[in-house]
Amino acid sequence: MDAILLQLLNGLDKGSAYALIALGLTLIFGTLGVVNFAHGALFMIGAFCAVTLSKIFTLSHKASEPSGVDFLGKPKYDDILYIKDWFGETAGAWMLDWSVPLSILFAVPIMLAVGFVMERGLIKHFYKRPHADQILVTFGLAIVLQEVIKYFYGANPIPTSAPEAFRGSFDFGVMLGFDPNAIIYPYWRLIYFAFSALIIGGVFAFLQFTTFGMVVRAGMADRETVGLLGINIDKRFTIMFGIAAAVAGLAGVMYAPINSPNYHMGMDFLVLSFVVVVVGGMGSLPGAVLAGFLLGVLESFASMNEVKNILPGIDQIIIYVVAILILLTRPRGLMGRKGVMEE
Amino acid sequence: MTFSNLTRRGVIKTGAAAGAGLALPTYLSAAAHSGFTNAPTGDTVTLGFNVPQSGPYADEGADELRAFELAVEHLNGQGDGGMLNTFSSKALEGNGIMGKKVQFVTGDTQTKSDAARASAQSMIQKDGAIMISGGSSSGVAVAVQGLCQEAGVIFMAGLTHSNDTTGKDKKANGFRHFFNAYMSAAALAPVLKNLYGDDRKVYSLTADYTWGWTQQESIQAATEAMGWETINDVRTPLAATDFSSYIAPVLNSGADVLVLNHYGGNMVNSLTNAVQFGLREKQVNGKNFEIVVPLYSELMARGAGENITGIVGSQNWDWKLENQMGDRYKGTNAFVQSFGEKYGFPPSQAAQTCYAQTLLYADAVARAGSFNPCAVGEALAGFEFDGLGNGPTLYRADDHQCFKDVVVVRGKENPENEFDLVEIVEVTPADQVTYAPDHPMFAGGELGDCNPGA
Repeated sequence: MDAILLQLLNGLDKGSAYALIALGLTLIFGTLGVVNFAHGALFMIGAFCAVTLSKIFTLSHKASEPSGVDFLGKPKYDDILYIKDWFGETAGAWMLDWSVPLSILFAVPIMLAVGFVMERGLIKHFYKRPHADQILVTFGLAIVLQEVIKYFYGANPIPTSAPEAFRGSFDFGVMLGFDPNAIIYPYWRLIYFAFSALIIGGVFAFLQFTTFGMVVRAGMADRETVGLLGINIDKRFTIMFGIAAAVAGLAGVMYAPINSPNYHMGMDFLVLSFVVVVVGGMGSLPGAVLAGFLLGVLESFASMNEVKNILPGIDQIIIYVVAILILLTRPRGLMGRKGVMEE
Repeated sequence: MTFSNLTRRGVIKTGAAAGAGLALPTYLSAAAHSGFTNAPTGDTVTLGFNVPQSGPYADEGADELRAFELAVEHLNGQGDGGMLNTFSSKALEGNGIMGKKVQFVTGDTQTKSDAARASAQSMIQKDGAIMISGGSSSGVAVAVQGLCQEAGVIFMAGLTHSNDTTGKDKKANGFRHFFNAYMSAAALAPVLKNLYGDDRKVYSLTADYTWGWTQQESIQAATEAMGWETINDVRTPLAATDFSSYIAPVLNSGADVLVLNHYGGNMVNSLTNAVQFGLREKQVNGKNFEIVVPLYSELMARGAGENITGIVGSQNWDWKLENQMGDRYKGTNAFVQSFGEKYGFPPSQAAQTCYAQTLLYADAVARAGSFNPCAVGEALAGFEFDGLGNGPTLYRADDHQCFKDVVVVRGKENPENEFDLVEIVEVTPADQVTYAPDHPMFAGGELGDCNPGA
């Protein structure tokens, strides 16, 4: 029982990342009709926003007096952090410790800007082109973005810590009447789950309860009619591209302490996220979220030793098996709308 | 003149033979060389350095390339000479190799076997490389070693740790300086017994490919021999990034040791996940839960950050070896000095093995008095040397594997800088990690005959 609960938590946590990325993908597809293979790269850039802020906070100058010798036997000068010079020892240390949550503030404008530049500079030229062209150009863009990150940050993963207060694990077992340490789960992963739920809820609320959101939803349903009413729907869709980029970026920022960011992390999520979108139903926002959590949980259960003993290797193929089964029984995915990507 | 003997079958046979001859790669055809592949004819000789310049091991590849460049510089008499000054063999004089200036070409393995073979083939065929070296993966090493055997050039392996490279996949033209999975396990077992006792239950996660399998087999055999029990081994996909689903079952498995047979990004992520799940603070069977990473590297330690603290593993070499363990490891400081002055930071173990392999190849040519790969192979096989940073070393003739001391390390508690992440726990002498050439873990392959490409 404890093992099942643990894998359920794991699945919800994995599903959070899938759902956030798939939500952004669906927003772009639903509004602009573009299949954006660069979306994983946006997730990766978000994680590197956290790395960058951490690097900014660790910018330093050398102490005036040597503190010892370096590995070559030459005088070694300690690094003094600028933030400690400017904000004092305590505030500087706090900023460094909380650099990941603070990166959210840093990442939102950057990701919005990246989204706008991507959409205006490249994607808009492919609106009327076939989906195959869109996939090729966005996939190419993803490779360019990851090579740029690799050039500046290297290929090695870069450790990025959660704040000290959230580095431990929470003992669920005791709460649920199990033995101590039977079900423990890392605080940061729980925060990631809660954060994802908040972002997903925020996006839905934005689309549901604001005039801007209403126009966007109307545009997603019938772009031509909304245009005929004199509304500049293109401008709103461009803003939605920026918002989708920001959602992917925030998913990346908060993911940085879970696994050390590296330039390739976007690609690792990309294929899975597309499967999530297809299973959820192309263009369906609730479908993307539902499928994200569903596939995350199934993937976690498939990794259990008891399951693998019966079906060896199932953990590596479960997502694709489920995708095939769902597409065979529900060709439009779980919540897909009629007419989307159908001639 | 009649064509009475000309039959349809005969024409087909002749055509097939001619076709096969034309289809042979140029490096296998007699016209491409005089006696052996890519025999140097001018006043230069070209070496091929095949390292990951893209992909997940690009940083390790960059360090290998730095070491190769430094080695070439020293061979050509430039710089401070590095380990040439401490090398026990004095056949090299700093005037290139046999008076020919050393130049090099590079290839990108991308840590993919097919890409690595293609780049090695290009360096051999187009650039005339007479030796190929480098690499950061056993899959790549085995693939390129096979190609070099076919092509008739020497392969001086870079970072490859699978038993198979000098086990079932060994080749007469291939030579490995780096240690292997068996040696890691043999070196670690007594240290683990001292640190954690002889009654432990092990759960291991193993990367699902050649290196992971041999590492798991080796560490299981070594730890079970000292009384530990393996309660589960779970294979994890090489492409996995989040290991939480594999770590969670460890919590209530009854195990008190987790062995991570992972390397590179896999290891960084699995270790980070294990620490996040509180395994380091856990008490099981009345003992502190421990994590072991059999193969360490400085770059991995850097990627794992503070999670590496206190984790025990093994290395082929460490830049602090001579300072901390004494003169036996002479050459280490000379190399660190050269490398550090040129690049501003200490070299990794991948850099050291690549530097040593380049010098060893050049020295073997000089001692053999020939670039012929068979003569070079003969000079390397059974060669005993010292002064390249690892202490007295033997290039065993039976399998072309180097036998030398193995460094057992642990993640440092309070590192002074990003290059000071590991501390040396112990150095296990070579005789304790030496195995018989016919050991079952290395069975199934033959060196075969040297191929000069003629």
